[in-house]
Amino acid sequence: MRKVKVNVHQVTRLEGHGNIVLNAKDGKIEELRWEVTESPRLFEAMLRGRSYQDVAFIASRICGICSIAHTTASIQATEVAFGIQPSEQTILLRQLLFNAEMLESHVLHILFLAAPDFLGVDSVFPLVETHREVVLMALRLKRLAYNLAELLAGRKTHPISCVVGGFARLPDLGELKAIRSRIEAALADFEVIVKLAQTFKIPDFVRETEYISLKHPNEYAFIRGGICSSDAGITPVSEYLRVTNEFCVPHSTAKYTKNERDSYMVGALARFNNNYGQLLPRAKEAAHELGLKAPCHNPFMITVAQLVECFHVAEHSLRLIDQILARGLEEEDNRVKVRAGRGVGAVEAPRGILFHDYTYNDQGVLTEANCIIPTNQNHNNIQKDLESLVPKILDKPEDELTHTLEMVVRAYDPCVSCSTHSLRVTIK
Amino acid sequence: MKPKVAFFDFTSCEGCQLDALNLEGELIDLLAAVDIVNFREVKTEREENYDIAFVEGSISRESEIPRLKKIRDQAKVLIALGACACIGGVNCLKNSLPMDEALRIVYKDDARYYDTMPARPINAVVPVDYYVRGCPINTDEFLKVVKALLLGKKPEIPNYPVCVECKMAGNVCVFDRGMFCLGPVIRAGCNAICISGGRFCWGCRGLVDDPNVDSEKDILKKYGLTVDQVTERFKLFNAYQEVAK
Repeated sequence: MRKVKVNVHQVTRLEGHGNIVLNAKDGKIEELRWEVTESPRLFEAMLRGRSYQDVAFIASRICGICSIAHTTASIQATEVAFGIQPSEQTILLRQLLFNAEMLESHVLHILFLAAPDFLGVDSVFPLVETHREVVLMALRLKRLAYNLAELLAGRKTHPISCVVGGFARLPDLGELKAIRSRIEAALADFEVIVKLAQTFKIPDFVRETEYISLKHPNEYAFIRGGICSSDAGITPVSEYLRVTNEFCVPHSTAKYTKNERDSYMVGALARFNNNYGQLLPRAKEAAHELGLKAPCHNPFMITVAQLVECFHVAEHSLRLIDQILARGLEEEDNRVKVRAGRGVGAVEAPRGILFHDYTYNDQGVLTEANCIIPTNQNHNNIQKDLESLVPKILDKPEDELTHTLEMVVRAYDPCVSCSTHSLRVTIK
Repeated sequence: MKPKVAFFDFTSCEGCQLDALNLEGELIDLLAAVDIVNFREVKTEREENYDIAFVEGSISRESEIPRLKKIRDQAKVLIALGACACIGGVNCLKNSLPMDEALRIVYKDDARYYDTMPARPINAVVPVDYYVRGCPINTDEFLKVVKALLLGKKPEIPNYPVCVECKMAGNVCVFDRGMFCLGPVIRAGCNAICISGGRFCWGCRGLVDDPNVDSEKDILKKYGLTVDQVTERFKLFNAYQEVAK
């Protein structure tokens, strides 16, 4: 009789706090849970009664790693509520800023959080000795992303210059030109990461699910478009609740979501599956080199999809900078006329689709907020992946089993600290 | 023996820990000087034996109190990392509501499953040796503090208002641009980054030790602003201090 008891308290190398619990006896699973134990932050309560001028600034603090995504979704929601159309210049700058965060977050996940699993170490720190060039490159790429965000918004973590209606300060064109060559150099760095990633032994596991992401007719969607389901097509952003369908399950510790199936996936692989055709050429080449084809149903390939997106983000950023340099930038009138109303903003945070939904009174004071973050949408899919995977590997030694389960969770790059609706159930 | 360093987080966005790692060659130098033994966000193995503890986040659940006390007992030096740990930060915005109401707004009928209490800075629970301020922290300042500790010196954090650095940055005064600013009473060290970014000071580094409140009031009067307006903004990061007063 073999008893398996896995209890990973606080899975490491992810943002926030979560546990994996598995109990099995004689090959039968008695208990298997992915639990979220993050402290409730109560942002939706804290946003109530705030002026629209402070809302994005507070909402940014939901998450330290995807604060630009939260800021952008927040500002969009407010703009939709007030009936404001951002200018073409604002959209270009927002897209470039968004790319900076996508790049930083993906590099952090691929090289700092996921790579140690494949290289057999417990963190990035021992790699300083064994893979010094890779670590230096990762730090250089992260610094590039920070610098690009600083140029556009004053700071990467909790951006300063993003306001409802546009930007409070415009970047210097000379500095934008200067950073362009560093982005070109980054493309060469990504090639090195591709070579490294080709050596990663990625677990062979397939579970088809529903993929949900933004989709836009003209671009690989990050900050605009409709909500695309691989099963059910496009839903307008304003009707996001029809897609997310948040619900509670008594034995679970997280608020779950589902749409057409039992669960759905958001994030880099969902975007890749839904929007592959719109990736820029270097990204498509990288996907080919890495053996990633749409649709891909292996969640361990999320990390590979992130690497493909790094190419896209760099290539797209070069194009955006060229466009901005060609047209120049001019000071715009960012004065805002408030009105009562409701607005929904949706963006693709690095980990997947993110919604902010606000209602304002006629003084521009927020009366109600709802934020649905990507990691919460993935919790249910992580749980289903574990349920599908565990029976296949239950006969493995316990430490290998544990490590593989941790890798599933880590592949999703969960950002648990921004789980605005995490649920900690205490069963008495 | 290299000193052992640990990072811990409580209720926060974890952005300060990430910004502490926004280093290039300095990271290599840092790892040559210290052993990072506990850093859940980026590292699997954990060691319960450490000399220096950096703590991010505010305390907002009963269960966090014993955990923080244990860290305090173990660490020779305890440093608060970022606004949530130093002054309570944005988490304390919920303190103006009864906790059950705040929970009900977010979780509706499921509110009973949650455990929360008014948020507070870590020095409301244990003594703190040093503070790395800001939301988020400034990476250079973090490095400065680490260097000072390694050299056995007391880290020097500015105790003058943001206005000093803002003048040096060459900014036009926020009040002259038709907005208002907390810069005259808030502790510097950020190089007035928010004002340089086209905005105003939100107060994330907390008050200077002896704020010149009368002078702030004079400025407000001169520009036709009220104390209430300023207090509302001050509360974004300093709601805990505001209540404590």
